[in-house]
Amino acid sequence: MTEALRLLVSLDPELWGIVLLSLGVSGTAVLLSALLGVPAGAALALWEVPGAAWVARFTYTLMGLPPILAGLVVFLVLSARGPLGHLQLLFTPTAMVLAQTLLVLPIVTGLTLAGVRSKDRAIRELALSLGATQWQAAWRVVLEARRAIGAALMAGFGRAIAEVGAVMLVGGNVRGHTRVMTTAILLETRQGNFEVAIGLGLVLLAVAFAVNAAFYRWQEGA
Amino acid sequence: MAGGELGTRVQRWFLPAVALGLAVLLGLTLVGPRRGRSEVILATTTSVDDSGLLDVVIPAFTAGSGIAVRVVAVGTGQALAYARRGDADVVLVHAPEAELEFVAQGHGVERRPVMYNEFVLVGPAADPAGVRGLKSLAGALERLAAAAAGGASGRAGGGPAPPVRFVSRGDRSGTHLAELDLWRAAGLDPAGFDRAWYLEVGAGMAETLTLASERGAYTLADTSTFVAWRSRLALEVLVAQEPPLKNPYHVIAVNPARHPRVNHAGALALIEFLTSERGRAIIREFGRERYGEPIFRLEAGGQVGPP
Repeated sequence: MTEALRLLVSLDPELWGIVLLSLGVSGTAVLLSALLGVPAGAALALWEVPGAAWVARFTYTLMGLPPILAGLVVFLVLSARGPLGHLQLLFTPTAMVLAQTLLVLPIVTGLTLAGVRSKDRAIRELALSLGATQWQAAWRVVLEARRAIGAALMAGFGRAIAEVGAVMLVGGNVRGHTRVMTTAILLETRQGNFEVAIGLGLVLLAVAFAVNAAFYRWQEGA
Repeated sequence: MAGGELGTRVQRWFLPAVALGLAVLLGLTLVGPRRGRSEVILATTTSVDDSGLLDVVIPAFTAGSGIAVRVVAVGTGQALAYARRGDADVVLVHAPEAELEFVAQGHGVERRPVMYNEFVLVGPAADPAGVRGLKSLAGALERLAAAAAGGASGRAGGGPAPPVRFVSRGDRSGTHLAELDLWRAAGLDPAGFDRAWYLEVGAGMAETLTLASERGAYTLADTSTFVAWRSRLALEVLVAQEPPLKNPYHVIAVNPARHPRVNHAGALALIEFLTSERGRAIIREFGRERYGEPIFRLEAGGQVGPP
């Protein structure tokens, strides 16, 4: 435990590389999920599309998608014998972002849907009565639900930064290329270096705390 | 209204009923499935478990002895760490130096050889480093490093040669330690290698082979995992050393004097079985039907002595 903390404090470049890659991969996955999932969740909540209820149920189900399954799907698609094998993306951070996006997108979509739906009717009718267009009224509802959407993004980030099954499979845990916090913890555990593994776990929690604190501050300030 | 009254009544009882149900479930989890007195915990490496050997050997042992075995498949270091804490009764691992240290520290007794496989250098059929047919693994690695560093293909003929890459397990496993020994024998230190061609994966043998196959890279592999995975890999055995570089597996009982709560009798029974003629026959034949050759090998001529 002291070993991991010592490395962190001494700015060990390898450990910091691992921390930064974790943040980069999971952060990018959350960003992609936000760009796709927030509009999708809001649309599902605001408009009466036929079949919307079934899409919502399906989304909620995917919130429980096992990381190893998401990883396996991305692996088979990107593998040399898979449909996108010619892109040579397997065992790259890009592959890890894709797999984590598969995990985070349902969470962001589902929680946005729930958050917007809880604000929907009254605010929308008020906005319409004040002369807003349909689009303006919808935007008003989404703005009112921003706390819920923020919580959705943080929940998605938590899932991404903590999972090991998907990044292990599609990233390969290659030192200096695709090793992230969770796969480093797994590697140390497999070697029986339990103290180092726990130390790395504490570092992971500290990093997650810092990200959450920064995000919370930004959201409260906005 | 009767219906409304019933509805209220159902509502009133609903939450307590759910809570009671959950409490019963929790209680069952806590007191229900316990370790049987006659059960043995075997900590072994993923390479053994992935091969499927235990799915054949363990049922045969249990049928004869009535002793159930719980197999925990982890890394060699983790298996020994479990045993050091008394969390396992017996280990089946392949890291001779770590094993001897484990026994010397008083944690293990009755260390016996069970089987072995061979370390070979596998790589793409194109063999850009030109190591095919060499008889020394250290010599092959030396040529490989030179080809990777110098860009020399080691082959006659024109056209740009594909890049030479090597994938290392990088996980302090028995295979990784053997690889480090070979680099040392070649007079090279992997710590100084360019990470562009020397990839340290920190993963199991199967994952490492998959990565090497996808990247057209070389890697040091044990023949057990390679034979089992060969059909899914674009890799060939390029260098098999003469005499073979063996990767021996030993079984060790956790010392009951050090850890009084272990099932020592069960551990000894399992060790007896693995080294008996019956156990050896099962190991010798394992894989022949499915892969056309056995997955593990045994030293010729009955019981082998301690190394």
